[in-house]
Amino acid sequence: MTSSATVVPTAEKGTSLGADAWRRLKRNRVALAGGIALVLIVTACFVLPVLLGMDPETTDPTRKNLPPSLQHFFGTDTLGRDYLARVLVGGQTSLLVGLAATAAVVIVGVLYGAVAGYYGGRVDEILMRFVDFLYGIPYMFLVILVMLMFSDTERGNPIPVFFALGLVQWLAMARIVRGQVLTLREREFVLAARVTGAGDMRIIVRHILPNVLGIVVIYATLTVPAVIILESFLSFLGLGVKLSWGQLVAEGVSVVNPIDSYWWLLFWPSVLLALTLFSLNFLGDGLRDALDPRTRR
Amino acid sequence: MSATETARPTKGPDTSRVVLSVRDLKKWFPIRKGLFSRVVGHVKAVDGVSFDIHAGETLGLVGESGCGKTTVGRTILRLNDPVTAGIAEFHGQDVFELQGGDLRALRRRMQIIFQDPYSSLNPRMTVESIVGEALTVHGMVANKKERRERVQDLLEKCGLDPIRHITRYPHEFSGGQRQRIGIARAIALEPELIVCDEPVSALDVSIQAQVINLLQRLQEEMGIAYLFIAHGLAVVEHISHRVAVMYLGRIAEIADTETLYANPVHPYTQALLSAIPSPDPDAPLNPHPLEGEVPTPINPPAGCRFHPRCRFAEDRCKSNTTPIPIYEVGPGHRVACILGENVDGAKRVGELVHGDDETSAS
Repeated sequence: MTSSATVVPTAEKGTSLGADAWRRLKRNRVALAGGIALVLIVTACFVLPVLLGMDPETTDPTRKNLPPSLQHFFGTDTLGRDYLARVLVGGQTSLLVGLAATAAVVIVGVLYGAVAGYYGGRVDEILMRFVDFLYGIPYMFLVILVMLMFSDTERGNPIPVFFALGLVQWLAMARIVRGQVLTLREREFVLAARVTGAGDMRIIVRHILPNVLGIVVIYATLTVPAVIILESFLSFLGLGVKLSWGQLVAEGVSVVNPIDSYWWLLFWPSVLLALTLFSLNFLGDGLRDALDPRTRR
Repeated sequence: MSATETARPTKGPDTSRVVLSVRDLKKWFPIRKGLFSRVVGHVKAVDGVSFDIHAGETLGLVGESGCGKTTVGRTILRLNDPVTAGIAEFHGQDVFELQGGDLRALRRRMQIIFQDPYSSLNPRMTVESIVGEALTVHGMVANKKERRERVQDLLEKCGLDPIRHITRYPHEFSGGQRQRIGIARAIALEPELIVCDEPVSALDVSIQAQVINLLQRLQEEMGIAYLFIAHGLAVVEHISHRVAVMYLGRIAEIADTETLYANPVHPYTQALLSAIPSPDPDAPLNPHPLEGEVPTPINPPAGCRFHPRCRFAEDRCKSNTTPIPIYEVGPGHRVACILGENVDGAKRVGELVHGDDETSAS
């Protein structure tokens, strides 16, 4: 976010905030492992199905409810579909929804919160009362409303889902950022920047946003799982996207019974979901530390 | 008054050139309550303050916490807009009337050094960005190389290592070093006036002297005038040419440093002076320590604001019916107290007016 306006390597060792952050991130083993795991999951979900020509839809009545084997690594489901293909293709939706909705949340929430907090007074009052108003509406109601607005779009199109989920989640981000900006605005380094004649834009971009970055990163990594889970709930209600981890988990739960347990139907999507969420949290933690010059080694 | 000095940089203050002239400055902060933010009162942080600062001069501004001295500095720098009343003329131009480009031009000539060296530096910026930001904002450097050279000059001037320190972040420095970075930032634009807002109060005593010496050296080299805010008279004595003592938003006494320390007239000045600890263990203890707390500036006492804590208070000090006289008891030595009339040759030059408080609803 902060550009590297400080790299002119004539002095000791000119390092920009970005390069510095990367160096610190590389030293953080846990965060690095999280990052690598995330990259692996994303590549698997988006590249493997295309590369191997996997088909998550074709049913085969002769191959129903098979446990994991060499032929079907993840087994097959109750309609005889290859479960590996279904989990990977379902991951595409979940990851896309999670990351895209979070990106929207970060952009909208941070800008909104920063403006409200920085200008304060009336502006703040109006902007934040609007947030309160949206908070007051039960979020399911809001989501269903949005989905209905898009009802003529093709079923399974993820755009309305991004929109609906983003609409719910940006409120908390805006509140968090506003609170931070409110205190930062009074800090003396911001006053100093004003005394030197820096404009509002410069103060927000150079002085305030870099200092809320840490908390934004953390909250964003918490938003991704929240969105993925919310999406699976929507899927469960029949409002979501066709195929996602959330939906697979829901289906998997429904077939687990003490007599004839098809455990793999629940196991695989849950494991991948959990793995993704863990990786994100570790990576987010590491990013926050890496972006803070005070954690220097 | 020797007005024979040449242009900047000068040795000592040039009393013929007034840099900043403040008249009847008032800054009241509204207290809002309720759903519609009704104004229910004011914090009268600064309530009628006047003084002049000459070129290359240091004016000490002293008072207890909450007396409004920081507000004076920040209001002059347009950090507390809008001002309630009064004018502050910087080279004859009222700073409160400036807007846009004119205000930015003023920013080049007036700077500030803050008390807390920890909160005054952006933890996410390198020393180079912090010190060089003003240069970039005002387009005073053509490129990064030039900026780096200028920043290195500034760091060297402030006693920092121009090679090793420039790429570092604030958290890697000690309090004293951080304050030097803050000073480098303030002098980057070669201002004529710097508001020093308790610049050494947060530092170790051993470091305080170093920073004060640095400020004095910079003043001699660059002819900068300082408004030096502090909460005790001990620090101010060393650096100030003149000292103003503030109490509850008003100036109680103002004089050149030697006069003020030798012949304080206002009981509050006397109390502050007697509060300076003596290194001599056998010295008698302060016979008249100041008692009580500073009253609230929301509802300051009637009459002389110091009267509830004053040993000499008479009935005429305690009501708003008699204004508090201002006496000139010597050249440039003014005191806002009835005791001024006892001084030989005292001349009544004005008075503090009461009753202009529109909020006397209580």
